[in-house]
Amino acid sequence: MAHDNEHTGHTHQHDAHGNHTGDLAVFQHGRPPVDRSAIQGWGADLDRKNRPGVPMERTPPRIDAPLTQPEQQRQDVEVLVSLERPHMTPLFGSPNPPRGVSGMVRRAAFKETENDIRHWLLLMLADRIDVVEGLVEDLARGHVPNILGEMGIKAEWQHNKKGLAQKVVIGAAVAGIACYLLKRRDHRY
Amino acid sequence: MLAMNYRGPFRVRADHKPDPVIEHPGDAIVRVTRSCICGSDLHLYHGLVPDTRVGTTFGHEFVGIVEEVGSQVTKLKVGDHVLVPFNVFCGSCFFCQKELYGNCHNTNPQASAVGGIYGYSHTAGGFDGGQAEFVRVPMADVGPTVIPADMDQDDAVLLTDALPTGYQAAEMGDISEGDTVVVFGAGPVGIFAAKSAWLFGAGRVIVVDHVDYRLDFVRRYAQCEVVNFREVDDMALHIKKMTDWLGADVCIDAVGCEAAGSAAQTITGVYTMMQAGSATALHWCINSVRKGGNVSIVGVYGPTFNAIPIGNALNKGLTMRMNQASVKRHLPRLIEHIQAGRIDPKQIITHRVPLEEVSDAYHLFSSKLDNCIKTVLIPPSANQVRAVASTANH
Ligand SMILES: [Zn+2]
Ligand SMILES: [Zn+2]
Repeated sequence: MAHDNEHTGHTHQHDAHGNHTGDLAVFQHGRPPVDRSAIQGWGADLDRKNRPGVPMERTPPRIDAPLTQPEQQRQDVEVLVSLERPHMTPLFGSPNPPRGVSGMVRRAAFKETENDIRHWLLLMLADRIDVVEGLVEDLARGHVPNILGEMGIKAEWQHNKKGLAQKVVIGAAVAGIACYLLKRRDHRY
Repeated sequence: MLAMNYRGPFRVRADHKPDPVIEHPGDAIVRVTRSCICGSDLHLYHGLVPDTRVGTTFGHEFVGIVEEVGSQVTKLKVGDHVLVPFNVFCGSCFFCQKELYGNCHNTNPQASAVGGIYGYSHTAGGFDGGQAEFVRVPMADVGPTVIPADMDQDDAVLLTDALPTGYQAAEMGDISEGDTVVVFGAGPVGIFAAKSAWLFGAGRVIVVDHVDYRLDFVRRYAQCEVVNFREVDDMALHIKKMTDWLGADVCIDAVGCEAAGSAAQTITGVYTMMQAGSATALHWCINSVRKGGNVSIVGVYGPTFNAIPIGNALNKGLTMRMNQASVKRHLPRLIEHIQAGRIDPKQIITHRVPLEEVSDAYHLFSSKLDNCIKTVLIPPSANQVRAVASTANH
């Protein structure tokens, strides 16, 4: 009866709380206890000794790894380094070093700390410039990117014809209105 | 080799790129046999993560066969089939010595606030990821784990991130026997967090999302209650109604920076980028948990700032824990759970797609088409491996 609330929606009956005291339902906040035996593995890690994340900082670590600093990776490309650490890390990713105008903006970004919002805003700006540079790079090597293909139009066609039709209609409408407005502007002159 | 290639927001394609090479004596080159698309890859795909450079190959959830090893590698052998935790970590720095493998200090020069992660922008170290035929794996004696002989590759690939992250989310909730646990987000991580909550002894597990097919899946898979937030007026109020007006003991944010559900958060966080993504799920966690309760965050947010009701967290006396999962520390226990049949991870895989069709795979997952929960990409050379292995057997 303590659990009636659950089915009828809550009815501000104060005795409901009183009835819960001391029984398991206190922990379950008004819901009948679940059949734990029906849940595969219920409570297997209830004991904190079984929890791999307890304690949070476990020293020494259980993996068998050398305790010496890794050797420094050879550096053949430009790698930008956060001002919030004094040295190059022993390991780093080398693909896609900074390039072009976006690279200049990235270098400027790394003149600010991670703590400084300008660092992140400049990086976001660089990312947008990089997209344009990516298009130029594609065209320069004679590759006209199939932008609709890259955006997954085939999946859209297979699984969301209605959505695709909507987008086409909205796109056509926007283009139509833009054309009309441009024409009108032309007439004024 | 064939590899996923990021060209800009919402634009990715399969492209030919040079094969990766050994750049450090501790490296290995792994021939990828399976690679997942992760919900957090969508943050990259949508252009929300700073320093995501055009040309990057994503993919931090992969398994594969060791193709080549550097001169210092002693434990891994060519031909070993390994699962590779998404963290790039050294094993020896200040943080790795405390088993905080997700916070390694030696693998990411670009930022001190996050460790190295495969294929997750230069903000996470600039490493290329595993949505490719081959991938460079640094510290090969430390990170990769040889897949147990009796383990399905599909289970193994989910041990690289989704399952350990969901499990760590529940573990950080510090669940006590009988606790009511609310998981926000019915994606792969939320599904595994719900499943794991029972292992830690929860008395009640509730999953919240707005995508019905995912809620249907998690209700069956994790034997939990579900709430579609589109069908309730106010999320915090609803959780309080469900819990005798106390609030949940533990709330888990398994969504991160692209949460739906609040116009104000979506406009400021996703459309105008005035904050580092929409923090709706975290907002709901703080306001739905009981006083003195625990909030656990594994959803990914950007590096700047987010609008969350921290004053309520203070006044309610909450404990908030959060981290990138330290995958390696959870693996032995999770392998036991899989072998004992307590968790069957591969059931969440809904799509297997050739790497060549990566553009469509991203769009399908991003737009939640065709009831997609988890997509696995299969590189063309993975099939060659199988062909070679089967001829060798005959
Ligand atoms: Zn992931
Ligand atoms: Zn480390």
